[in-house]
Amino acid sequence: MAEVFVFATLNGLVTGLLLFMLASGLTLIFSMMGVLNFAHASFYMLGAYFAYTLSTYIGFWGGLLIAPLIVGGIGAAIERYGLRRVHQSGHVAELVFTFGLAFLIEEAVQFFWGRDTKNYQSPELFDFALFSLFGQEFSAYRGFMIAIACLIFAALYFILTRSRVGIIIQASISHPQTVANLGHNVPLIFMCVFGVGTALAGVAGVIAGPVLTTFPGMATVLGSIVFVVVVIGGLGSLPGALIASLLVGLLQSYAIAADVGVPELLNQFGVSFDSSHPLDDLWTLNLPQVAPVLPYLLLVLVLIFKPTGLMGNREE
Amino acid sequence: MKKQFPIWLGFALALILLPQIFDTVLGISILNQMTIWIIFALSYNMLLGQGGMLSFGHAVYFGLGGFMSVHALNLIADEIIVFSITLIPLVGGAVGLLAAFFIGSFSTRKSGTVFAMISLGIGELIVASSLIFADFFGGEAGVSGDRTYGPPFFGIEFLQDAEVYYLGAFWLFVATLFMYLFTQTPAGRMANAVRDNPERAEFIGYSTRRVRFISFCAAGLFAGVAGGLFAINYEFITEENLNALTSGRVLLMAYIGGLGFFIGPIVGAVILTLMNSLLSNYSEMWMLYLGIMFLLTVLFLPRGFAGFIMMHQTAWQNRRLGTLILPYLITAIPASLFLAGFVGLVELSHKGDDTLSFFGLILGTESMLSWGILLTLAGIGALGVKLSRPRLDAAWVLANTVTSDNGGDAQ
Amino acid sequence: MPLIHELYHSQSKKNRFAAQRSIKKIASLTIGAVAYTLSLTAASAQEPVRLGFMDPLSGTFASVGTSGLKALEFAADYFYNSRGGILGGRMIEIVPLDNKQSPTETQLQFRRAVSEELRIIFQGNSSAVANTLNQTIAKHNRRNAGQEVLQINYAAVDPILTNEECSFWHFRFDAHAIMKLDVLTDFIAMNDELNSIYIIGQDYSFGQVVADNTIRLLGEKRPDIEIVGNEFHPIGQVKDFTPYVTKIASSGADAVVTGNFGADMVSLARSIIDSGLTVPIYTFYAAYDGITATLGADGKDRIRLIHTDRANPLASDERREFYRAFKAKNPDSDITQSRLVNALMMVVQAMEQTQSTDPYDIAVKLEDMRFTSIAGDELWMRGEDHQLFQPLYISKQTDEGIEFDADNSGFGLFTEYEVSTEDTLTDHSCRMRRPRR
Repeated sequence: MAEVFVFATLNGLVTGLLLFMLASGLTLIFSMMGVLNFAHASFYMLGAYFAYTLSTYIGFWGGLLIAPLIVGGIGAAIERYGLRRVHQSGHVAELVFTFGLAFLIEEAVQFFWGRDTKNYQSPELFDFALFSLFGQEFSAYRGFMIAIACLIFAALYFILTRSRVGIIIQASISHPQTVANLGHNVPLIFMCVFGVGTALAGVAGVIAGPVLTTFPGMATVLGSIVFVVVVIGGLGSLPGALIASLLVGLLQSYAIAADVGVPELLNQFGVSFDSSHPLDDLWTLNLPQVAPVLPYLLLVLVLIFKPTGLMGNREE
Repeated sequence: MKKQFPIWLGFALALILLPQIFDTVLGISILNQMTIWIIFALSYNMLLGQGGMLSFGHAVYFGLGGFMSVHALNLIADEIIVFSITLIPLVGGAVGLLAAFFIGSFSTRKSGTVFAMISLGIGELIVASSLIFADFFGGEAGVSGDRTYGPPFFGIEFLQDAEVYYLGAFWLFVATLFMYLFTQTPAGRMANAVRDNPERAEFIGYSTRRVRFISFCAAGLFAGVAGGLFAINYEFITEENLNALTSGRVLLMAYIGGLGFFIGPIVGAVILTLMNSLLSNYSEMWMLYLGIMFLLTVLFLPRGFAGFIMMHQTAWQNRRLGTLILPYLITAIPASLFLAGFVGLVELSHKGDDTLSFFGLILGTESMLSWGILLTLAGIGALGVKLSRPRLDAAWVLANTVTSDNGGDAQ
Repeated sequence: MPLIHELYHSQSKKNRFAAQRSIKKIASLTIGAVAYTLSLTAASAQEPVRLGFMDPLSGTFASVGTSGLKALEFAADYFYNSRGGILGGRMIEIVPLDNKQSPTETQLQFRRAVSEELRIIFQGNSSAVANTLNQTIAKHNRRNAGQEVLQINYAAVDPILTNEECSFWHFRFDAHAIMKLDVLTDFIAMNDELNSIYIIGQDYSFGQVVADNTIRLLGEKRPDIEIVGNEFHPIGQVKDFTPYVTKIASSGADAVVTGNFGADMVSLARSIIDSGLTVPIYTFYAAYDGITATLGADGKDRIRLIHTDRANPLASDERREFYRAFKAKNPDSDITQSRLVNALMMVVQAMEQTQSTDPYDIAVKLEDMRFTSIAGDELWMRGEDHQLFQPLYISKQTDEGIEFDADNSGFGLFTEYEVSTEDTLTDHSCRMRRPRR
């Protein structure tokens, strides 16, 4: 049982940190522009696909370096020529725009790369087990994923709180007018933040692609869960995003690992049902079965009891 | 209402006559889809267009209404209850209302992002439970029924889709009428007020939460009616009618049609149903075109197709709509050239070893000439649009300028 | 027009070789064109025989559907249209119907098929879709006498389609899930080194059929094998399979059985490989459409498949030639389901024998038809439940002895075990209602 617990924790950590890489960009964009970017996971997918194509020419490391730049460039261009225009029509229009963008990017990926899963491999450098515990291996690549995610959090946190750029960004979040009056180009800052946010999603795609398979549905699988993370953490809060990411990651991982369900629970009280009962499906429910929807349940509960999210301080 | 009587009469006549014009099996089937989607899109507009509530889970009420309706069909077939299937949409509506009542009781407390996120979460939860509770939802295969049992309605047993169409058209008319009337009630008016300025609405003594709740319940009711019609038309329903895809589709319809106008969702539902059922027969890439069209609509027609039509109101009142026809045509020609070139390029790049027959030309992927022809076509088209735009803009300004001369004419 | 196109084509390459090849092509095209015109004059008075092919051709699931469509179109051209057609010179035309693997779209496309008078519909992917189509057709045929439609199911394996829900208008050319599992569990039971099995699958009807019947059949054949895990995960929603693999590892299972398909299959296999587990994986759908290429060397000798196609080495030259011709025309595709070819050939044989394209006549003729496939397999369509019986094979992924690989990856399937048609016979619970004529 101990080894299940240890590995469930590790797995939850990896999933959580991966979610955080996406959530950090999303929450940055949100806190700045008030845009909930529905297409965020699509940039993650683009990162994986670009990296796949690049890796066939210049190897994994080249892909890791260049793919996020391409994705960030695309993101910045979309902000400049798309979102900025839609911004005039209000927040709903922006949301709907990113919603359509997500749809279009998925189609475009199928158009350019085809619908098959792509043979995107992790570098051979990491083809060894970082450590072996209770007979199970923890691959070095997963360790690398954890390291990158921690690096991103540290860098972001440092830039936002300790650097001049960060101060300007934070100021444009709360007082865009004042910042503009001080002579800063606020639209340019917005564009850069959007570009950096999408590039972060791109990084996540590049490193997640080899382990979570690169296929056209990879954005959909992750899309709404990232949203959930950002909202649970509190819109616009970076630490909140980190906490919520880890919470969601660990919650799912533990739920899958735990082999308990309603039958076990009922047995505690000495109740049991036979399988012909009309509510049989309910009595045989177990935790691993419902693991993927737990984040949504958490989301609804958090929003009902604390509409600002765990660490957030504003609603809109 | 009196002034609009001719419009409603025309609507009713159109509903009666349409199946006479499009009388193939496919035509009737598309019309049947339209009746369902129009009701559904109109109900969605009650939320977003009139109430300012962005929902990512409106399909829940549609789907739950549909599931209960199929179960009702089965109860009728098993002779457990005696009930005319013509009233099935009421069953759907009741279920939709009930679900909206429960969910709305906590989700309408806040509007904006919080509401949107709760709707997303609830949607995912219901979809997940639909796969878990296989007895009620039938797993991924869904549940199916048969509409031909139960007491016949004046001798009609609803064996054919055409008979179902008239039933659907009746319900469409009734639902549209009621949804229109709702916008005229104080509750409907207050929904607009709460959408535009919740603070003021609070100040004059309305509970914004209650106003939102009422709109939400009404939207759930009509979504359920649409779900009931779905059940009668297809005689089955699956999890996909509850999920985010269906919710997204109805959002698309309402938005493309135009949120600010009552007629908008109707236009959107008609356009999207046609694209979905016809375009997909011609191209594997139809979803790509749909995505591009959607983005262009959001970018350039923020008020949707209905908004685009309504933009011509001033010109119409100025009696200068005619002056726009020629400039429109002049721009339309290069625009369609560009479109043809672009579609050709997309299709050709997808052909692999096959050839593409393009207006009588047979183009191959390996021939530079093929690519050249299409690129030139698209290029000329784009250039033509660029060149003819100033003229169109000038004509537009002219047509929309109220001159004293025309002002006199109008009176 | 094609000739001109070819000329331009050669010019664009500015290459003597290409030009020479082109001239050869033109010559062959001219001959072809003459032959085609001749055949046209013979058949021009006759309408083509139009067959519907309904499968996902757009969207996420489209790769399976489009590869099936390519194979069916190619087979129709290769076996019939290039040899003068069927029924005295009528060509076969395949009409694609894109159902996007959605039950609702299936209904819409079915109505389109009826509109266009397509009376025979080939359909394969997703049992949910096959069930919907089966019910829709049953209702339609009951309500519209004289306009019946026939369903040729070439891949949906839900057992109920030829048992409780069987229909006169449905024929299945694939082996259903329990038949396949019977063979798979035989194969597992033969391996004395296996003492424990972990079952993991998508949480839907097929996944449940696989789990329930694996447990039942192994219980009969090898009661000593312990089922150490029986796990369901939501279909298409799992981001990372590692938490599941952790459970597999800690259960100490000797092998994994899964009915997963598509991305869920790849992700599961990848996670198992990445976690350093060396257990064999027994599957239904872990090949082609990018899966073989993605798993590559990691999947060698570990991924095993139960399927209806004999893989390498191929048994007959006729099939070898057919594959080569297909590969020459579609270098990026594989023939992934030769069941489609069997289905087409048997339907055509029924048409030829009755000299009719009426679904009822064809259905009656198909019942109890015996047929030898191009691979040399003996096929039998049981009349009582419309289930085809054919040899079943278990193959492994490898790069040794592979004549025809998958995804052009160098890796392919090598057949290790086969069961003859007679040994796949199973009971059925079908009580078929036959239409009166």
